[in-house]
Amino acid sequence: MPTPEDIKTRIEAALPGASADVEDWTGGGDHFRATVVAEQFQGLNRIEQHRLVYDVFGAEIGGPIHALSLKTQVP
Amino acid sequence: MSEQTDNPIRDAISEAIADNPTILFMKGTPERPACGFSARTVAALQSLGAPFAAVDILPDPRIRQELSAISSWPTIPQLFVNGELVGGCDIVTEMYESGELAEALGVDATEGTAPPAAPEGAPVQAAPLGIENRLG
Repeated sequence: MPTPEDIKTRIEAALPGASADVEDWTGGGDHFRATVVAEQFQGLNRIEQHRLVYDVFGAEIGGPIHALSLKTQVP
Repeated sequence: MSEQTDNPIRDAISEAIADNPTILFMKGTPERPACGFSARTVAALQSLGAPFAAVDILPDPRIRQELSAISSWPTIPQLFVNGELVGGCDIVTEMYESGELAEALGVDATEGTAPPAAPEGAPVQAAPLGIENRLG
């Protein structure tokens, strides 16, 4: 089961320079909430920004990671 | 005749997205959402008084698979306006709060007034398609 720290590490590794704040929303290890600030979001709409983050986890979203609620920002 | 694939579920979903100006794919129904994210998205749409079609993805797991294949979006709910994916619960909520959702839907959201009490059954269109009925 992923921890918030795992999720954070993976987002930050996939988007170099990004910073992610991740919390376990329900305490159950499968509903996470993340705020991600990344230069890579520049020029992208929200859908594209969220896809960049979702793509880090692929099929895990909807699987072991039941929900990953996102807020994305450009620094 | 639009382009048909040999995948009736995918065709039904594509048609539904093309045929309905505002369509929400959700878990459960607007009257009985089966998930908090779907419930929140329905509430945002309803408080704007925006008419929308709704499709419950729960009856068959293939609906979700095909939907996500079409939209490249992994989670439910998914809101489409004029054939374009607008987002899931997070984006819809953000857009609702900023007023962008009303704009995208072409409804008049008067800031500061309480959301109108939705008349019983009024703003929600019946689900327009029987995706479930095509599962054979």
